[in-house]
Amino acid sequence: MAVMTMRDALNQALSEELARDENVFLMGEEVAEYQGAYKVTRGLLEKYGPKRVIDTPITELGFAGLGVGAAMAGLRPIVEFMTFNFSILATDQIINSAAKMLYMSAGQFKIPIVFRGPGGSAYQVSSQHSQALESWYAYFPGLKVVMPSTPADAKGLLKSAIRDDDPVIFIEQERMYGMKGEVPEDVDFTIPLGLGEVKREGSDATIIARSLMVPIALQAADELDKQGVSCEVIDPRTIRPLDIETIVKSVEKTNRVVIAEESHPFCSVAAEISAQITERAFDYLDAPVKRVSGADVPMPYAKNLEKLAIPGVEQLVAAVREVSYL
Amino acid sequence: MSNQTTERGGKIRDAPASGTMVEPDLANRQAGRASGAALAEPETLSEDKDTLLDIFRQMLLIRRFEEKCAESYALGKIGGFCHLYIGQEAVGVGAISAIRPDDYVLTSYREHGQAIAKGMSPDSVMAELYGKASGCSGGKGGSMHLFSSELNFLGGHAIVGGQIPLATGVAFASKYRQTDQVTLCFFGEAAVNQGAFHESLNMAQLWKLPCIYICENNQYGMGTSLERAMSVQSVAQKACAYEIASELVDGMDVLAMRHATERAAGRARKESLPTLIEARTYRYMGHSMSDPGNYRTRAEIEKYQERDPIKLFTSVLKENDVIDDGQIANFEKEIKEQVEHAVRFAEESPEPDPGELYTDVYSMPINN
Repeated sequence: MAVMTMRDALNQALSEELARDENVFLMGEEVAEYQGAYKVTRGLLEKYGPKRVIDTPITELGFAGLGVGAAMAGLRPIVEFMTFNFSILATDQIINSAAKMLYMSAGQFKIPIVFRGPGGSAYQVSSQHSQALESWYAYFPGLKVVMPSTPADAKGLLKSAIRDDDPVIFIEQERMYGMKGEVPEDVDFTIPLGLGEVKREGSDATIIARSLMVPIALQAADELDKQGVSCEVIDPRTIRPLDIETIVKSVEKTNRVVIAEESHPFCSVAAEISAQITERAFDYLDAPVKRVSGADVPMPYAKNLEKLAIPGVEQLVAAVREVSYL
Repeated sequence: MSNQTTERGGKIRDAPASGTMVEPDLANRQAGRASGAALAEPETLSEDKDTLLDIFRQMLLIRRFEEKCAESYALGKIGGFCHLYIGQEAVGVGAISAIRPDDYVLTSYREHGQAIAKGMSPDSVMAELYGKASGCSGGKGGSMHLFSSELNFLGGHAIVGGQIPLATGVAFASKYRQTDQVTLCFFGEAAVNQGAFHESLNMAQLWKLPCIYICENNQYGMGTSLERAMSVQSVAQKACAYEIASELVDGMDVLAMRHATERAAGRARKESLPTLIEARTYRYMGHSMSDPGNYRTRAEIEKYQERDPIKLFTSVLKENDVIDDGQIANFEKEIKEQVEHAVRFAEESPEPDPGELYTDVYSMPINN
């Protein structure tokens, strides 16, 4: 184990997989000479050369589609979006080509590609640069969607994503790149896609959180512990496939659920998880499932307004108390 | 042989375009500058007899296959959208005849003809149109999504221009692996107005990718004519924005298409460079089977039918004593049987098993 930032854990995963398989290459805006807009790809150009670490023009639809085509012909592209905000330009290729090619061709063309980059809220960059898009991508059968919340998860999940034969949307949280944690150094350390993790055990209520909301949920659980409420915190880690079993098992134990997310609430991943809990564990619920989502507004710039738009510890504490009728 | 059927890029006399013609020299200059290739030389029949007859046979097969599709569609046997290739056969057949079997082809939703030209059996294509399990895409793709991994036919893509970045990526993979395979990418002229076209051409020249972009300019994007949709109506001319070699080709002349593609394939294989070919052609049928074609006149269609690609090639072959009426009748008979066989095969094939609904979503099944 070594202690490192999420940024460096991701870098290690990329480097190890580039070393492991000649067919893996990395492309995106500023990934090579500039060393990555967020320095996730630092040093990779030097190690693997310009054939495999490629700076692209600002042409998201074009290079996303180029990646899918390269995958059709047997390569394993890692396509970085400088931020997932820019993936919106590439959605035709992600959705209509990457997600559907295997199906439309009756299994003839696999698309082993990873689209990765930072997503979710950032610091004071306003509406177009600060948003959570996971529910868009999770909506489409054919795509897998991964959102790590610790450096170790980031490394293990990214390595699995690169080795996966299907298109994977890998959303890193821009605010979490500097977060530190212990990371296994074994080059064969991977975490299977579709396997959630109980980040904290508890007995009175379950908080389901992903990405940036996991550390916030853990803080809320500490606070609630002081108030005599024992919280279990579950991180599904992969949105699709979703580890609903781990979630249902926890609901059966605690009978109370809060789902935290920074995305907008309407048609969100929390809405989906809530529906699945209702379908599978209705009889175990002692209170309606409570969602704590980001504000249903475009992200504002002003610091105070931005803070109000993202769920915090206090809101989670209040939500757990609400479902506990406290 | 007759001139008017085989003129090269830059010397089209009976130009099919009803709108502004491209300034042909410009297209030549582009090709010349980028590749040094001498163009517009007098044409002679350089192919052997078998090759010529095979090209003829393929064009005729595609014509009769598409006519049968129209019939089956009218009978309700084929569902959804169905875009026919009638009138454009010379483009696909000529271009694909110029590449190797291991080269790649990607195209749009008007792709029955190119699939057959790439070697896919009429049986498997017709069965796909019928939505049958024996179809080339297992009945999951339909008319617009034909695939054959075995023959490197990489689809059938139904968002206008969507295949252009994909083809660029396939060419990227060939270069990455240092194979000398080339990729043909077909699209209509309406796709040229999409960002995907421009983004792809920029990357293709920037990274020197062996991709041959073939614009089938049939002059209508669904019901909107070229003049109503494109500010600069020469597609070939647009290549200069990316310093890509380009050629304007008479898309009704199958040998012109073949030879232009041979030049482009040589450039792609030897120099790893892209080419943009603009093939002036015309579709006789509507955009799809549901299009009554009220935006153009019968007289306009008839004008283009005078330069029908099969008719033109027939006269070239006859003038050069490659074929006679008896042989044509034999071909017609064989092809009729082949197409009828395809229909019977499609009719008799089973529908996909209901269990297939949930297969091929992911490479390994997932639970949730």
